[in-house]
Amino acid sequence: MTALTKLIASFPFRLTVAYMGAFVLAAALIVLYIAWQANELLTSKAIDTLGSEVASLRAQFQAGGPQGAERLEGAIRYRVREPGSGLYLLVDADGTRRAGNLPAVPPTLVPDGQGQLFSYRRTGEGEGAGERFAVGLSISVSGGYTLIVARDIEDQRQFAASIGRVALWSFGLLSLLGVGAGILISRSMLARIEAVTETSRKIMAGDLSRRIALTGSGDELDRLAESLNAMLARIEELLLALREVSDNIAHDLKTPLNRLRNRAEAALRSGDGSGAYRDGLAKTIEEADELIKTFNSLLLIARLEGGAIAESMAPLDPAAVIGDIAELYEPAAEEAGLTLAVSARSGLSLIANRELVSQAVANLVDNAIKYSTAPVPAPADGGMATPPSAASITISLEQVGPNVEITVGDRGPGIAPQNRERALQRFVRLEKARSLPGAGLGLSLVAAVARMHGGGVRLEDNAPGLRVVLSLPASAQLTTARSDAASNHPI
Amino acid sequence: MRVLVVEDDRETALFLQRSLKENGHVADIAGDGELGLALAREGGWDVLIVDRMLPRLDGLSLIEALRREGARTPVLILSALGEVDDRVKGLRAGGDDYLTKPYAYTELLARIEALARRPAPEEQVTRYMIGDLTLDRLSHKVTRGGQAIALQPREFRLLEYLMRNAGQVVTRTMLLQNVWDYHFDPQTNVIDVHISRLRSKIDRGFAKPLLHTVRGSGYMIRDGAD
Repeated sequence: MTALTKLIASFPFRLTVAYMGAFVLAAALIVLYIAWQANELLTSKAIDTLGSEVASLRAQFQAGGPQGAERLEGAIRYRVREPGSGLYLLVDADGTRRAGNLPAVPPTLVPDGQGQLFSYRRTGEGEGAGERFAVGLSISVSGGYTLIVARDIEDQRQFAASIGRVALWSFGLLSLLGVGAGILISRSMLARIEAVTETSRKIMAGDLSRRIALTGSGDELDRLAESLNAMLARIEELLLALREVSDNIAHDLKTPLNRLRNRAEAALRSGDGSGAYRDGLAKTIEEADELIKTFNSLLLIARLEGGAIAESMAPLDPAAVIGDIAELYEPAAEEAGLTLAVSARSGLSLIANRELVSQAVANLVDNAIKYSTAPVPAPADGGMATPPSAASITISLEQVGPNVEITVGDRGPGIAPQNRERALQRFVRLEKARSLPGAGLGLSLVAAVARMHGGGVRLEDNAPGLRVVLSLPASAQLTTARSDAASNHPI
Repeated sequence: MRVLVVEDDRETALFLQRSLKENGHVADIAGDGELGLALAREGGWDVLIVDRMLPRLDGLSLIEALRREGARTPVLILSALGEVDDRVKGLRAGGDDYLTKPYAYTELLARIEALARRPAPEEQVTRYMIGDLTLDRLSHKVTRGGQAIALQPREFRLLEYLMRNAGQVVTRTMLLQNVWDYHFDPQTNVIDVHISRLRSKIDRGFAKPLLHTVRGSGYMIRDGAD
């Protein structure tokens, strides 16, 4: 498509042209109507004037008695001499011209008619000679005379014609201007829309970082571009996340898969009899179970990010939720030489999915136990040192502003401030944690649960150790929850 | 135990049939939902294992149809869909338990055995006894050899569940679901620690242990030699 056809096919252009066309047509109709009306008015006025003149001339003829004809001739001659006079002609019964400035009886003029338009040729004078138009009355006067009184309307006609020409020109000019304006408007619109099209083409070609340039005018096109940019940013974010997941799956799942394969292969090769096979298979199943767990976590995170579980929310008491989790983990913590202290404010309420919030808190406590007891590398002697046995894990619940905050703190190695953001991402296991079991999905699952509930996760310094704050909006803000949702956990 | 396996994947179905046979059960296979429903209607099954996605008639519709007809055979739903909502849908349709694929065979076995022996609701047992261990559900008292044992409320529920399924393997997941009502897998083996606490209360100081660990599967409470 060439630039011109593109321009002509553009919506703003067609719109402008359509507007212009309608406007010009309407204006032309109005001007034509006015011209026609004015002409009519002037003509009928001229005929009226003629009527009264005829009456006055007829009166002179009658007043003259036998010399009526002569008087009439005189009156006509007199009138003809006046500048800018009307047209007159007096003809006797034989058709002989007796007086007046009309050269001959116009053939089209009906005797004793209503007054009508006719054409004549002006005698003598150079200027204005030739065929001209006039309106006139033809009257029969007694004695066989015919009196014609007329008014030249050629000037009037000329004027009307020139107005018509001016109108024609101006409409032409107007149309041209309109088309020009249309072209200009369409070009600027097209340029902006073209920019959007161009950007989207580039994005389709794979460059997701592209954004539509804004003009800064804040008009509707800018607003549209802003929304499109926001949409693109979200899509890019999701795609990057997806890409990251697939990269991480490739990396983090391939490693255990490979380990699993190696184990099976080694068991097969060992030839140490059924004992070795049994051992190899048991370990293979163990690895497979770990893989399944990782997959389940990944799927759950994906589901949560899709917001698909939002409907299974019910009012719940967060103190009960963390109390149950603390009760579940207390023996395990004790076994690990840790104390688990809970300080929960009662009377708070959440609209949430019990299973998911429980799982999130469980993950946090899991991590807290894991990292509190993790051997801390001591580079000085290359050996491992364990943290002091007095280390405790704290779970607290409080209301902070509009949010219910569940905080799980440990006395482990903590996370350096610059690594905290990264620690919330999927599969990220900070270098120190590489030696510990787990797929690195725990915190990102917590973050996904928080987001699904409209909350967030913060990592803070527990001085020493790590504090993870799970912040969820208190239920006062969420009053639209299903009331029958309490039946969501049968068994 | 007679088991009907309604599963369209032939290999899975044959694996289940063979494995169940090894454990002394009889299993028949239906490869689609309509056949499954027809066979289930004939009756005589102790347990139905129904895959959720089946050709001709999906698993949930099959179970709903059976329940409408008044059949009360316990049903274990197998599904690749394992989220909270899916499980709730499965149980609302009339399933008695829900197991997500991929699963461990031992888990499936433990669950169908628990389902098949589950007492009907009208049979309200008020007292469980295994050897010299007694649990009274009304007074919430536990005694062994006439000696009162003090248990925390959760420990009581744990023991109650184990005793209700006495002689059968109970997996960690089953305990988490039935005693704690959680359907996720904690990373640490929290259940093991609870069990060892319970064990120290009911078995310590007695010659014969009652609470056994079944390697690779879970736990079992039973009176008898290892």
